[in-house]
Amino acid sequence: MEDALTPSRLQFAFTVTYHYLFPMLTMGLALLIFVLKSIYMRNSNELYNKSARFWAKIFAVTFVMGVVTGIPLEFQFGTNWAAFSAFTGDIIAQTLAMEGAFAFFLESAFVGLFLFGEQRFGQRLHWFASLMVFIGTWASGYFIITTNAWMQHPVGYRTLEHGNIVLADYWAVLLNRWMFAQYAHNMGGAVVCGAFVMAGLGAFYVLSGRHGEYGRIFLKVGVIAGVLSSIWMLFPTGHFSSDQVAHHQPVALAAMEGHFRTEEGADLVFIGQPDVEKLEIDNPIVLPGGLSILLYGPAGGEVKGLEDFPKKNWPDNIPLLYYSYHVMVGLGSIFIGIMMLAAFMLWRGWLFTFRPMLWVLMLAIPFPFIANTAGWFTAELGRQPWLAYGLMRTSEGVSPLISSGSVLFTIIGFAGIYLVMGLLYIVLMVREVGHGPEAEQATLENTESMTA
Amino acid sequence: MDTIWFIAVALMITMYVLLDGFDLGAGAIHLFAARNDRERRTILRAIGPVWDGNEVWLIAGGGTLFFAFPILYASSFSGFYLPLIMVLWLLIIRGLSIELRGHINDPMWASFWDAMFFIGSTLLAIFFGAALGNVVRGVPLNRDGNFFQPLWTDFNPFSETPGILDWYTVLIGLLALITLIVHGANYLAVKTENELNARFHRIARLSWVALVVLTVLGTIATFWVSPWLLESFNERPYGYVLPLVAIAGLGGIGLFNFRRQDKAAFLSSSAYIVGMLTSTVFGVYPRVLPAVNPENSLTIQNAAASDYGQAVGLVWWSIGMVLAAIYFVAMYRLFRGKVRLEDEGY
Repeated sequence: MEDALTPSRLQFAFTVTYHYLFPMLTMGLALLIFVLKSIYMRNSNELYNKSARFWAKIFAVTFVMGVVTGIPLEFQFGTNWAAFSAFTGDIIAQTLAMEGAFAFFLESAFVGLFLFGEQRFGQRLHWFASLMVFIGTWASGYFIITTNAWMQHPVGYRTLEHGNIVLADYWAVLLNRWMFAQYAHNMGGAVVCGAFVMAGLGAFYVLSGRHGEYGRIFLKVGVIAGVLSSIWMLFPTGHFSSDQVAHHQPVALAAMEGHFRTEEGADLVFIGQPDVEKLEIDNPIVLPGGLSILLYGPAGGEVKGLEDFPKKNWPDNIPLLYYSYHVMVGLGSIFIGIMMLAAFMLWRGWLFTFRPMLWVLMLAIPFPFIANTAGWFTAELGRQPWLAYGLMRTSEGVSPLISSGSVLFTIIGFAGIYLVMGLLYIVLMVREVGHGPEAEQATLENTESMTA
Repeated sequence: MDTIWFIAVALMITMYVLLDGFDLGAGAIHLFAARNDRERRTILRAIGPVWDGNEVWLIAGGGTLFFAFPILYASSFSGFYLPLIMVLWLLIIRGLSIELRGHINDPMWASFWDAMFFIGSTLLAIFFGAALGNVVRGVPLNRDGNFFQPLWTDFNPFSETPGILDWYTVLIGLLALITLIVHGANYLAVKTENELNARFHRIARLSWVALVVLTVLGTIATFWVSPWLLESFNERPYGYVLPLVAIAGLGGIGLFNFRRQDKAAFLSSSAYIVGMLTSTVFGVYPRVLPAVNPENSLTIQNAAASDYGQAVGLVWWSIGMVLAAIYFVAMYRLFRGKVRLEDEGY
């Protein structure tokens, strides 16, 4: 049933986009909590320990949201993408199953230990648990990125006579070239997210005159992590990511850049609206020759435009891909500016009293979520029209016997549940932030569930 | 190799039912067993630190199923589309109910999540049982190994086109629910004291009677809808030991409940679950998804991943399972003993 294709794509896009809002924060925070806890272990400053505990609570609620929204993704490969699962299962299920065996068990054990174990088992084990939580969440990220990297750039497979493909080289899949830049870029994005949230909340506490001593710690750790990670997103990881797209998915690169015509000295488009019918950018603001220089260095070179690729291999939503990419790059550049300025002020000792900068940091909190989401849209829309690049088209991967009505039914169900969850999450976050780092003792020790 | 993976997947699913089974059962009875907020919190405390790890067995088991038998995964997950997505919704709601209840100290907030915990746990137990019922009865696989089945049709026992939920699968669903209630009550009896402990005793005893009745009915119904299950046992008679384990477990539950030996009763309900599940998969083997038309059945051969993939998988899977076993033993040891709300300190 061909018509289940569009709702199935919509459902996966919706559930995976929603899901990833949570892990991008937990993976970033896992590192920063480990940093806070490690600082405490060195200097025994109780403020750092309480900071770590406060962020552990934010982490815990976010982690639960990530867990429960993650389960549907693993199952949707089978429910909605049965043909794809049957075709590539020999390979992508390796990494997905490894995530279960190595990351999920580890996370479930150590998150529990980390959230419950401090009083009972002492500081050293608590520090160790924070390290393991960090490793577990980042391992989980590795397995998912490796799975996605294989879809972007299939390696280590062999085609059988009847057309299905099987695993031929395990290590080639696990150490897929594509994975390295993508993993480094993606995890950097998670750290940017964690850093902006931490710095932004610190700015809020300093601005509002509550918990100022914690606010300053959050600002310090957040800004230092923020400036390092924001630059990391541009170079080296952003650079290498776009480099490999240029080499292996040139048609995706052309669409991302809004580059329609093949030319020497191709312009770099900053702003403008792509017109896919007329093959041009409306109202462009460009850097002349910029794209060629970016890709091939100062000497420049010819960049193939979309017109030179068969239309059936074009990404099927070029404007959205173009905007996603530009939003990601634009926001990423702004992040570098904000964080460099904030880091400079931190160094000069102005940051805690210069209120406009604190306002900027506080109001910036939502934007890393947008940038990371736009980044994933770029990767996934750029992969279209393929499910596994060059091997299987998206239209061929959908489950053969499900009806579009069934899928629409489940989309509506997911939308309803996720809306309620989002509201709950916001309510709980607002409460935690309102209670502040000092109040944490009372609630953390008095509830029964894992994430209390 | 295919057989090893068949056993591995069956093992993980059995682990899931054994472990998450008791917290599902706890969810199904906590509204009736606990009379006040304090007792509810005691129940949640007993499962709080472990339920998430228990559920990982489902996720990891699903992943392993996908990896070892990709064709089975593709065919069954898409064929059971609607019920499977509903299971996902229930898992989401239930997970939230356990985790979020304690975040706001308010009676209405708590009541709401208590209700969600009950609904989620009860329906999940029934759905899981019904899923097993469908596998045992066989599904209308076509020659490409795909099928679609409506959620329900007319509940007519002689219907040519039974739905996913019909008299037989709902019966198995109820059997699963009662099984997990007994299992959950046994677990909670181990973890609690005094009055609450006594109440779980009574629940376990009453539901044990229902369990005996449903086991007999379910077994008769199963051999009526799928007489071919006996072939496996007749070909490999050593398989008869598995139902014996189940019967011993069933007897043990009643005996140890009567003698008030909570741990032994919990081990008996574990033995019952292991016996029932292994008997079922033993009967189904070497099929992994029987078809109404036997020619179209998915078997361990035609649904399996490549030999190479299965071979490398065996290496990391073994390592992963050893690690998982270490975490679980450590976690259950760390949080062992009766739950007392006075020592809030973990």
